[in-house]
Amino acid sequence: MLELLHAVLVAPFKDMAGSPTFLVEVLIGGLAAGLMYSLVALGFVLIYKASGVFNFAQGVMVLFAALTLVGLIERGAPLVVALALTMAVMAALAFAIERVVLRPLVNQEQIILFMATIGLNFFLEGFGEFAWGSDVKKLDVGIPDTSFMAWGVQVNRLELTAAITAAVLVAIMAVFFQRTRVGRALRAVADDHEAALSIGIPLNTIWIVVWSVAGLVAIVAGIMWGAKSGVQFSLSLIALKALPVLILGGFTSVPGAIVGGLIIGTGEKLAEVYWGPLVGGAIENWFAYMLALAFLLVRPQGLFGEKIIERV
Amino acid sequence: MRARPDPPPTPLLEVNRISVRFGAVQALEGVSLEIRRGEIVAIIGPNGAGKTTLLNVVSGFYQPYEGQILFEGRDRTQLRPYDVAALGVARTFQNVALFKGMSVLDNIMTGRLLKMRGSFLLEALYWGPAMKQELEHRAFVERIIDFLEIQAIRKAFAGKLPYGLQKRVELARALAAEPKLLLLDEPMAGMNVEEKEDMCRFILGVNDEFGTTIALIEHDMSVVMDISDRVIALDYGRKIADGRPDEVRADQGVIDAYLGVAHA
Repeated sequence: MLELLHAVLVAPFKDMAGSPTFLVEVLIGGLAAGLMYSLVALGFVLIYKASGVFNFAQGVMVLFAALTLVGLIERGAPLVVALALTMAVMAALAFAIERVVLRPLVNQEQIILFMATIGLNFFLEGFGEFAWGSDVKKLDVGIPDTSFMAWGVQVNRLELTAAITAAVLVAIMAVFFQRTRVGRALRAVADDHEAALSIGIPLNTIWIVVWSVAGLVAIVAGIMWGAKSGVQFSLSLIALKALPVLILGGFTSVPGAIVGGLIIGTGEKLAEVYWGPLVGGAIENWFAYMLALAFLLVRPQGLFGEKIIERV
Repeated sequence: MRARPDPPPTPLLEVNRISVRFGAVQALEGVSLEIRRGEIVAIIGPNGAGKTTLLNVVSGFYQPYEGQILFEGRDRTQLRPYDVAALGVARTFQNVALFKGMSVLDNIMTGRLLKMRGSFLLEALYWGPAMKQELEHRAFVERIIDFLEIQAIRKAFAGKLPYGLQKRVELARALAAEPKLLLLDEPMAGMNVEEKEDMCRFILGVNDEFGTTIALIEHDMSVVMDISDRVIALDYGRKIADGRPDEVRADQGVIDAYLGVAHA
């Protein structure tokens, strides 16, 4: 018994203290993975805030964006052109979603909109494979998946680039939300639909903007995950990783999505490396969900979510 | 009652035989009215008379199934709320619809969105004309803040304010759009006497200072008598009286509606 406690509570920390460079490497790996989770979660938060829809199709949007990009590159488009075209495709998709899905269902129950996004999920999955094929594809963005040493710590080039890109994107979005007229309108819509309408904010335009931005986020997430593990169906499953991030960070909070992603990313890496051997490894796959579950018991609204006050 | 010069002949708003139905409920039936430039019009009536429905139709939240609405002489029956807002109609809500997560200042600035122009990029960089524009709008918003005496709470979160102040902030947000027509849905509901007096003062002040035409729904008859130039009474979705406050107060149909005389 005492041995077990020692193995769980003392030994891992001893290991960490024993080799700080390795700990830093693990932390960096975790933060990098976490930023990518944040990106996917951010797509959810944006849409949820502005239209009150939990977008089940966010993961497939990542897959679809990556498939489109790779497909265009395979057909001989230079990277920059392919990227621009993919953005155009995601914007067109946002426009179509607003017209076909959101507008006819305005003022319906949340669950109905949720069901609609499940339909969207299957449509995009099928359409993506129909248009671009279902083989696993390699996405080469010109950054090698190799490491270099910095202050005695190994850093992966691809992970570092991904992390920096994610951080820049998040910063740009923060400025966009705080400073611009459209950003202000977005926050207004997220806060109160009726009031936003009454002061002249066109809800439909805002929805197109939000879904386009979510599409843009999906492209970035798709490129990063695709470059790492190939563009394939399993890419859409990273949306499942965004769920614990959302539970941790709160569905309505942009900083929550970022911090939640970082916590989940580093948490699961640490757990895998230091506690994994105790139970034979593979903690990474379920640790995030367990953490989220524990969190739900203590703080159901998430770290930064709006406190749920039910009036009776 | 206040003395006024004769209003110009074209009314700001004309509502012609509007009917609205929700399923089997006839919320409005053939209601016609007009609101002239510079007026303060009160809309009264018992609960369920269709007052808020009327406001919602005028501001584009509901579409009437028959009838016509003219704003400044032009037909605008089929417009959406944001189009109506762009025409120069601002409103407040019965249950206060503020952006609760934003500061008072941000709420009022958001009310000014329609007046803002310019490019994203410049705004994001807060540079050049974008900064100049932001400052100009800020100056106008500050004037409204001073006018409504909410300087002390401009940084507070709107959702945390007491109810009476929230109503005042909502009025400020509506004013920020410099509306031609301001629709107020029970601006004094749930207020104490002192707050009501303040709100009356502000409404009259807005009318004087900004020249804004105002239509308001109100239950408190003493308030209605004090501030309105004209009173329109609704009952069971129909207009039952329209005239000077003292006329409407003396109207037998209105008295019956409030006291609940059986309908034929």
